[in-house]
Amino acid sequence: MNYLTKENGLLSWLLTGDHKRIAILYLISITFFFFIGGALAGLIRLELLTPQSDLMATDTYNKVFTMHGVIMIFLFLVPSVPATLGNFFIPMMLGAKDLALPRINLLSWYLYVLGGILVIYTMVSGGVDTGWTFTTPLSTHYVNTNVLSTGMAVFIAGFSSIFTGLNFIVTIHKMRAPGMTWFRMPLFVWAHYAASILMVLGTPVLAIAVVLLALERTIGIGVFDPVKGGDPLLFQHLFWFYSHPAVYIMILPGMGVISEVISTFSRKRVFGYTAVAFSSVAIAVFGFFVWAHHMFIMGISNYAVLVFSLLTMLVAVPSAIKIFNWTFTLYKGSITFETPMLYAFGFMGLFTIGGMTGVFLGTSGTDIHLTETYFIVAHFHFVMVGGMLMAFLAGIHFWWPKMTGRMYPEKISQMAAVVTFIGFNLTFFPQFILGTLGMPRRYAAYPPEFQILNVFSTAGATILGVGYLLPVLYLVWSLKYGEIAGDNPWQATGLEWQTQSPPLTENFTELPIMDHEAYDYEWLENQKTKEVASAG
Amino acid sequence: MSHISPTIWQFLVKWMTNFALFPPEASKIAPQMDALYFFIALVSLIGLTIVILLVVSFSILYSKERHPNAVQIEGSTLLEATWTIIPLGLFLVMFVWGALIYFRVYTPPANAMNIYVVGKQWMWKAEHEGGQHEINSLHVPTGRAVQLTMISQDVFHSFSIPAFRVKREAIPGRYTTVWFEATLPGTYHLFCTQYCGTNHSQMIGDVVVLSPEDFKQWLASSTSGASLAQDGERLFASLSCAACHNTRPDARGPSLANVYGAKLTLTSGQAITADDAYLREAILNPSQHITQGYAPIMPTYQGQVSEEGVIALVEYIKHLDSDYRVQQTTTTTDLLPEGGGKATPAGPAPAAAGKVNP
Repeated sequence: MNYLTKENGLLSWLLTGDHKRIAILYLISITFFFFIGGALAGLIRLELLTPQSDLMATDTYNKVFTMHGVIMIFLFLVPSVPATLGNFFIPMMLGAKDLALPRINLLSWYLYVLGGILVIYTMVSGGVDTGWTFTTPLSTHYVNTNVLSTGMAVFIAGFSSIFTGLNFIVTIHKMRAPGMTWFRMPLFVWAHYAASILMVLGTPVLAIAVVLLALERTIGIGVFDPVKGGDPLLFQHLFWFYSHPAVYIMILPGMGVISEVISTFSRKRVFGYTAVAFSSVAIAVFGFFVWAHHMFIMGISNYAVLVFSLLTMLVAVPSAIKIFNWTFTLYKGSITFETPMLYAFGFMGLFTIGGMTGVFLGTSGTDIHLTETYFIVAHFHFVMVGGMLMAFLAGIHFWWPKMTGRMYPEKISQMAAVVTFIGFNLTFFPQFILGTLGMPRRYAAYPPEFQILNVFSTAGATILGVGYLLPVLYLVWSLKYGEIAGDNPWQATGLEWQTQSPPLTENFTELPIMDHEAYDYEWLENQKTKEVASAG
Repeated sequence: MSHISPTIWQFLVKWMTNFALFPPEASKIAPQMDALYFFIALVSLIGLTIVILLVVSFSILYSKERHPNAVQIEGSTLLEATWTIIPLGLFLVMFVWGALIYFRVYTPPANAMNIYVVGKQWMWKAEHEGGQHEINSLHVPTGRAVQLTMISQDVFHSFSIPAFRVKREAIPGRYTTVWFEATLPGTYHLFCTQYCGTNHSQMIGDVVVLSPEDFKQWLASSTSGASLAQDGERLFASLSCAACHNTRPDARGPSLANVYGAKLTLTSGQAITADDAYLREAILNPSQHITQGYAPIMPTYQGQVSEEGVIALVEYIKHLDSDYRVQQTTTTTDLLPEGGGKATPAGPAPAAAGKVNP
C-alpha cells in the first residue's frame, strides 16, 4: 500500500489533495510542455543551419522562437523543480503529512493546466510573434497575433506559481516536525524558501505588467505609449522587475537539488551549511535589485546603470560561494558516481560558465557589445539548460526510487548524462563566439560567415535531443522493469528516505522527530546498527 | 588532397576562409573594450580551471574505492571568507573598469560630428547635416568623433556596429545618443539587435568607414541638394511656423533665435535647457512645454510631422541666429548645393553644411 495504489481511477488523481500525486500530475504536464518547447527549439536550429531564411517564413520563425521562450520559461523552467520535486519532497523533508494548503496546491496545478491550454490555443490559432519579452510598443500596436491569449496564459500560470510559493512558505513556517529547526532543514528546503519569496513578491508585478499591456492593446490607455505621454521604458521596468528575479526562481530550486545530491554521493555534510543556506537568501534579496541590467543600452540614466551594475556584481558572489562550497563538500568524502552525481558535476561546470559569462553582461562596458547577441542566448542557456535542466535531471534520477519504488537502469542513465553534457556544450558554446562576433539574437537569417558555428550548434542540438529522449524511455521502462529500490537506496540522510518507497499517502507511520543535524551520516550509521540490533 | 570530393573541398575552403573567432577592431573604443573582455575571460578561465581541477582531483583522491570512510567537516570560515572576498574583489574591478568604458561610450565629446538616425520597421535612415540621406548604410570618416542621435518612428530598435563595439537602442518618443571614432577604413556590419517584428533580421546594413579625403568626396557626391537645416526651413515654412515664431515684437510665439542650448523657464516654473529632446517635445506636445509669458495656443504637430521632419526642424532651429527670416517658399531645392555660399535669406543653412567639412 502506498500513495500510488491507495486509490484508483482518474478522478482519484484529478481531485487529489496529496502533494505527491499533484507532483506527479505536474511532472507529466511539464514533461509534455518540455517536449513541445524542445521540438520548437529543434525547428529554430534547423532554420539556422543555413544563413538564408529558407526553412520557414520569417514570421513563422518569429512565432517559433516566441513560443519556445514562452513555453520553456512559464510552463517548464518556473514550475520544473518546485512544482514536482519541491511539491513531493518539501513536506517529507520537514516530516509533514502534506503541504499546509493541499487544495490550493491542486488549484495551482489546474491554473497551470489552464495556462498551458491557452498556450496551445495560441499556437493552433496562429501563434504569437512578440518574443517572450512582449516588448512594447511592438506587442501593443504593431503585431496582429494572439498577444492577448498569450498574456492571459502567462497571467494565469503566474498565479499557479504564486500559490505554489505561498504554500511552500506557509508549510516551511508551520509544518516542521518536532526538532526540525530552521538550521536542521535540508538545503533543498532553504533554496525553495528563497525561491518562494521571489514567486510571491515578484509574480504579481508580472501580472500587473501583462494587464497593463492588455489594456494598452485593447483600449489604448497609453501608459506605455509615448504619443499619449506614456513611456515604453516603463514596461521594460515592470517586466524585468519580475523576469529577472524569475531567473532565480528557476535556478534556486535547482541549486537545492545539487546540495542534496553532492552531499549524498560524497557521504558528507555540505561544506559550510550556513553559508549555503544564507547564500540562497542573499540571492533572493539581491535578485530583486538588479532588473535594470537588462536595460543598460536603452538610454536609462548612466548613474542608474552604475548602481544596477554594482548590484549585479554583488548577486554574483553568493553563486560563487555555492560553487566552492559544493566543491569542498567533496573534500575527504567517499565519492560514488551514480547518474545524479554526474548531472551534478555537469551542473557545476556549466553553471560556472553560465555565471561567469553573466559577469561579462553585468559589467556595463562589455554589456554594450554583448547584449542582444548570441552571447546572451548562450549565457542564459548555460544557466537555464546547463544549470537548471541538469539539476532537474539530477533530482529526477535521485528521487526516482523514492517516487516510484523502482531503480532506473544505471549504466544507460550514466551514458545519457554524458551525451547530454557533450550535446549541450556543442550546441551552446559556439554561440558565445557568435555573440562576440556580433550575431544578433532572434534573426531568421544571418551573414554567411557565421554559418560554421551555427552548423556546430545545430549538430549539438541533435545530440542534446537524444540525451533528453533517453531518460523518458528508460524511466518509463523502469516503472515496470526497474529493480525494486527499497526505502533508502542511496543511504541518504533526509527524512524522506527514512520512510517506505513509494511513500504512504500520509508519508510517515509515526510523526518523525528530528534529533540530529541535516546530512548527519553518523546518525544514519547508528540508526542502521540499532535496527540490526533490534532485529537480531 | 585529391581524394576529397571537390564539392566538400570547396565547402571547407569557403568555411575556413570565412571563419572568424573575433570581430575586427575598427573604432577607438574597441581595443579598450576588448582588453576588459579578455580580462574577464581570463578570470573566468582561471576560476573554471580551479573548480574543474578541484572537482577532478577530489573525485580521484576521495572516490569510494580509495577513501571508503568520509571525514565529516563542518566548514571553514577562513576558506569561505577567501572565496567570498576574492571573487567580490575581482567583480568590483570589473565593475569599475566596465563603468569607465560605459561612460566613455555614452558621453560624446563636444566637438563630435552629429548624424541623425531614424529606425523604422524595417530600415535604418541616416541623415547627415549636409543633407545626405542614407538607408541601411552609414558612411563615416576615420579620425573624427561621430555622434549618432537616434530615435525610432515605431517600435524599439537597436543600432549595433559590432566592429566598433557600440550599440544603442533607438526608442520611440525620445532621442538616444552614442558616439564612436572609427579607426580602420572598411565595410562593417550594421545590425538591428532589438527584436522588432517580421523582418527584424533584414534590418541590416553596412557601415562604410572612409578616410577623411574619401569621406569628403562621398559627401560631395551624395548630396541631395539641400542641407538638413534647409529641409527644416522648408518644413518650417510650409507648416507656417513663422506666423507665430518670428522676431517681430508682437509675435505670438517666442522667437527661436539662439534658442538652442538656451536656458528657458516654462509656465510650470520648471527651468530647462532647450536641447534636441526639448525642441522635439515642444513641437509634438506643445501644451506641456510653454515658455513663460506665452499663451498655450500652439497646436500639436503629433502625426503631422515624421521623426525625420522633426529632426529637420530641430536642425533648422539649431542654426537660427538673432534676425532670421524665413524663405516663404517650398521650392528650396533650387538653392545652391551645400558649400556653395550664402544663398538663402535664412542664412544658417550653408553654415550647417559648412559644419560637416570644417
